[in-house]
Amino acid sequence: MSNDGVNHGRRRFLIATTSVGGGIGAVGVAVPFVKSWNPSEKAKAAGAPAKADISKIEPGAMIVVEWRGKPVYVVRRTDETVSLLEGLAESLKDPANEDKGQQPAYADNVQRSRKSEIAVIEGVCTHLGCAPKFFPEVKAQPFDEEWKGGFFCPCHGSRFDLAGRVFKGSPAAKNLAVPPHSYLDENTLIIGVDEENS
Amino acid sequence: MNKFQAFMGWLDHRLPVTVTFEKHMSKYYAPKNFNFWYFFGVFSMLMLANQILTGVWLTMSYTPSAEAAFASVEYIMRDVELGWLIRYMHSTGASFFFLVVYMHMFRGLMYGSYQKPRELIWIFGMFIYLMLMAEAFMGYVLPWGQMSYWGAQVIISLFGAIPVIGGDLVQWIRGDFLISGITLNRFFALHVIALPLVIVALVVLHILALHEVGSNNPDGVDIKKYKDEEGRPLDGVPFHPYYTVHDMVGIVVFLFVFSFVLFFMPEGGGYFLEKPNFEEANGLKTPEHIAPVWYFGAFYTILRAWTIDLPFLSSQLGGVILMGAAIAILFVLPWLDRSPVRSWRYKGWISRINLVVFALFFILLTWLGTQPASGLYQILGQVGTVIYFAWFITLPFISAKEATKPVPERV
Repeated sequence: MSNDGVNHGRRRFLIATTSVGGGIGAVGVAVPFVKSWNPSEKAKAAGAPAKADISKIEPGAMIVVEWRGKPVYVVRRTDETVSLLEGLAESLKDPANEDKGQQPAYADNVQRSRKSEIAVIEGVCTHLGCAPKFFPEVKAQPFDEEWKGGFFCPCHGSRFDLAGRVFKGSPAAKNLAVPPHSYLDENTLIIGVDEENS
Repeated sequence: MNKFQAFMGWLDHRLPVTVTFEKHMSKYYAPKNFNFWYFFGVFSMLMLANQILTGVWLTMSYTPSAEAAFASVEYIMRDVELGWLIRYMHSTGASFFFLVVYMHMFRGLMYGSYQKPRELIWIFGMFIYLMLMAEAFMGYVLPWGQMSYWGAQVIISLFGAIPVIGGDLVQWIRGDFLISGITLNRFFALHVIALPLVIVALVVLHILALHEVGSNNPDGVDIKKYKDEEGRPLDGVPFHPYYTVHDMVGIVVFLFVFSFVLFFMPEGGGYFLEKPNFEEANGLKTPEHIAPVWYFGAFYTILRAWTIDLPFLSSQLGGVILMGAAIAILFVLPWLDRSPVRSWRYKGWISRINLVVFALFFILLTWLGTQPASGLYQILGQVGTVIYFAWFITLPFISAKEATKPVPERV
């Protein structure tokens, strides 16, 4: 066939369909590469519930429980600090738990917990993931002169109250997350399970 | 000699060896007025070679798993013969790599090397810089020390600030619900294979683009304007042998300095290898003070500079946007500078003072990034951030309006 006999329309069509077909193929091939980055079944299985004995926590003290590799803070709040939580609303970003994703429904109260004295809070700063430090005493601190007890993140200075609610002026925007938790009996806390007595 | 010529003839018929050597070396005409600042390009290449060579050797003894990574680095440091030297060449080399790249970039700013027709060279260079930051970040995670772990935690969490998809994106990057051995393994793969390939390819493009248009020089004069009867620039000299030999002298001096730091202060006083990184990663305990390695300091300060919450812009997202913008704005620099002259030698006083102030504040921001952000440091960081952006934003107006000195015809 001579050059004059070239059917340009057909040639453009064939080039276009071949390119589109190849493009779709490339996207299809990308799927396994993208998907393989998701948490593996093994990683998902590692998220088993964690149990903790809370009977030995003194009022005002905290234990750290590991759940899904994250630190979970379990604090026995004193009566004084529980009563102070109500009055903090003015200085908090989200005092009424507007962000429903940060705590289960049963912890959607001022104390953000099932039992008013026991706080169960993920020790992962909602700013950039550092572990906030525990400052339970109601006394002036270098980072806050009117400190009412709570958590202070050493990385970027976010401040949270003893219910994990973030103070205004912190780089973090959300309250600390409350993990799903329940009580097997009076003294046994189970983290990662929503249902009571399950 | 005849046999050699015959062999080269045989080879040239099959592979463009002589032609390529002439194009890029013996007949590549570089301006004859290169100064001190023109060493840093070749130093960067040298450090890239150092990182690749020492990196390959480190993988021979390193174990990429959460259980064994920390111990395997200690094994390299204590048990592998001269392993400590190879490891320090790599870790100290990373800091020197950034040091010479920053000097190389500053050279470009002083002499307008990004201006037309060299915009693409600058853009390739910026991509190299960006990839280098990713490479360095992932490399720092590999020893699995406290700072590796918590630095990764902070930097990966940055992506969580992106609305809607942030949370899932962070999980996808980590491959787990937290930073774990899974994250470590994929960072190892990216650090030793994927990113080095990309960086090397970008360096090739950077140099091909440079050799297409020719090198700039401290005067910003176009040396191709005046050529002899054979078409050779009158103000140029062949890169080989003139600049190859010249660069070797520079390399020797540079290696003296590098070796001094390597042998007498390989941790750079806690700035090259931070102290918490000599403690194994612990997901339940954040170090007192998390700071990036010095070469990320400026961008880290900019990240922390935004502290106000707006209705649709939390302080977290604001900081991430600021930091992204600080890097992105570098890419458009060639179109921000509208000066008719390249080199600052022929620009006005305002441009020169501005560039010096910009560079000094970049150094200040870098240092602040390694310090806790509180009180005076926080305010200084915010002032520095404003000045950083102000330099770029005012550049189009100042460079277009300002009176310039006449650029000489010849070097």
